[in-house]
Amino acid sequence: MARIELQIGGFGGQGVILAGLVIARALSLYDKREAVFTQSYGPEARGGASSSGVVVDDSKVDYPYPTKPDIMVIMSQEAFTTYFPKLKKGGTLIIERDLVKIDGKPEGVGEFHSIPATKIAEELGNRIVANIVMVGFITKVTGIVTKESAKKAVLEMVPKKVKALNEKAFETGYGYEEE
Amino acid sequence: MKVEVLEGHHFLSGDVAVAEGAIAAGCRFFAGYPITPSSEVAERMSRRLPEVGGIFIQMEDELASMAALLGASWGGKKSMTATSGPGFSLMMENYGLGMMTETPCVIVNVQRAGPSTGLPTLVGQGDVMQARWGSHGPYETIALSPESPQECFDMAVRAFNFSEKYRIPVVVLMDESVGHLFERVSIPPKSEIEVIDRKISTDKKRHIYEPDDDLIPPMPPVGEGFGIHVTGLTHDERGYPVITAEAQEKLVRRLVDKIRVHADEIIDYEEFMTEDADVIVIAYGISARSARRAVIMAREKGIKAGMLRLKVIWPFPSKKLRELVEKASHFVVAEINNGQILVEVERAIRKEAVFVGKMGGEPHRPDEVLKGIEEAVK
Repeated sequence: MARIELQIGGFGGQGVILAGLVIARALSLYDKREAVFTQSYGPEARGGASSSGVVVDDSKVDYPYPTKPDIMVIMSQEAFTTYFPKLKKGGTLIIERDLVKIDGKPEGVGEFHSIPATKIAEELGNRIVANIVMVGFITKVTGIVTKESAKKAVLEMVPKKVKALNEKAFETGYGYEEE
Repeated sequence: MKVEVLEGHHFLSGDVAVAEGAIAAGCRFFAGYPITPSSEVAERMSRRLPEVGGIFIQMEDELASMAALLGASWGGKKSMTATSGPGFSLMMENYGLGMMTETPCVIVNVQRAGPSTGLPTLVGQGDVMQARWGSHGPYETIALSPESPQECFDMAVRAFNFSEKYRIPVVVLMDESVGHLFERVSIPPKSEIEVIDRKISTDKKRHIYEPDDDLIPPMPPVGEGFGIHVTGLTHDERGYPVITAEAQEKLVRRLVDKIRVHADEIIDYEEFMTEDADVIVIAYGISARSARRAVIMAREKGIKAGMLRLKVIWPFPSKKLRELVEKASHFVVAEINNGQILVEVERAIRKEAVFVGKMGGEPHRPDEVLKGIEEAVK
């Protein structure tokens, strides 16, 4: 496998940074791939545009930032406007179905997936785990990272008292059947 | 955690990795004033140092931070601070005092875009000449430039080793991109990490600034009966002020020479595809990662490109460049400033190089460096 670029965009507070960090950590430490995690965010801690990037390669990653992402995950309308145009032609687009309003698969997109991650998280008990629902879903539909590794990284990176909730969030996202 | 050396594989940011490297090298004193994008270094040290019996102090400002570093070092601790542009500027006075008093310590500068407060959260590489000449007067410096969290760890260890061995403040010249990106860091067992400690005086009759043959004086421990006088004034081997041209020539000449005669042991670089290269890019830190990709892209287009990556920026590897100019016809310099290492490169190769500069805020896209390569061979 050659270089693969994944970008996750949303607004500050949605946990897109943690989502990217979990996947990159899983790839690096448990799937033993060469992976880099980067982030960008506006000056506001919450509400501003926020994105994280994961680049994975067979040998050491040179340029660490996504240039033409192969996989784009979008969790807000603003992030769609900002980041979607960067998606590689024929690349995979994954959206938060309730927060990104688009009419089906946009032109130029290869694979297209959608999931109501926030609603699922609310049903599980706390919308804060929407990002981990998304991590589970990304793991399933892209196969970029193995399930065991991703889950292990999730459980390592969340506070002890919410481990069970996050595990459920990951599994639910992984098992989600698209309509 | 409570371990001295965080052995094993970890997924860390450059800022955290440089802190862990420092602790592995024996750093037990940190004084600093948090500033973006270096704050994570201070944050990590504030949690880790108490675990290993060290001291962390958040100071009132960067002037005091640097002063505390020098004091702690004379007190026998390996000391470090972390800062960024505006703080680095404030440290310059006592950086010079560290040079003059030959005080081992390490300054981590995670560069952001300046001048002044500039772009606090975004990348720059504009402090290269400041690390070299930022304090007044003649002296030689050592500065290292990591391109990854792994190198942040490794170079923190080396920075301490250099500072202890040559009795000099050493700068780890990081940049925001490298400080904030996460990558795997593999840390060997403690027994496999080479740690150098300063030479200590044992003879109480010996003058405190009397150098050995390597031009480096052993350092007397404070509070154990040695007659110690430490001053920024030009001094003799006893450490007493002597305000003459002769004393200045003798002391400052040695401060310069103690680094120059050991330059070959300090200088370090990576050559990437330079063997048959017709055009060579010189880069360091995050810019080197852009340049590496650009070199690969150029090769795909049939251009024989290569890269010389500076792992140690100061002392500058002039000799290596003079070697390369015998083989390669064209040179490109990529850095996030208005041409700082460019000056050194052109001085070494004695001709112009193509300059791919950015004023800061983002690293070079690989195609920007590629454009420079194409311009060079045109």
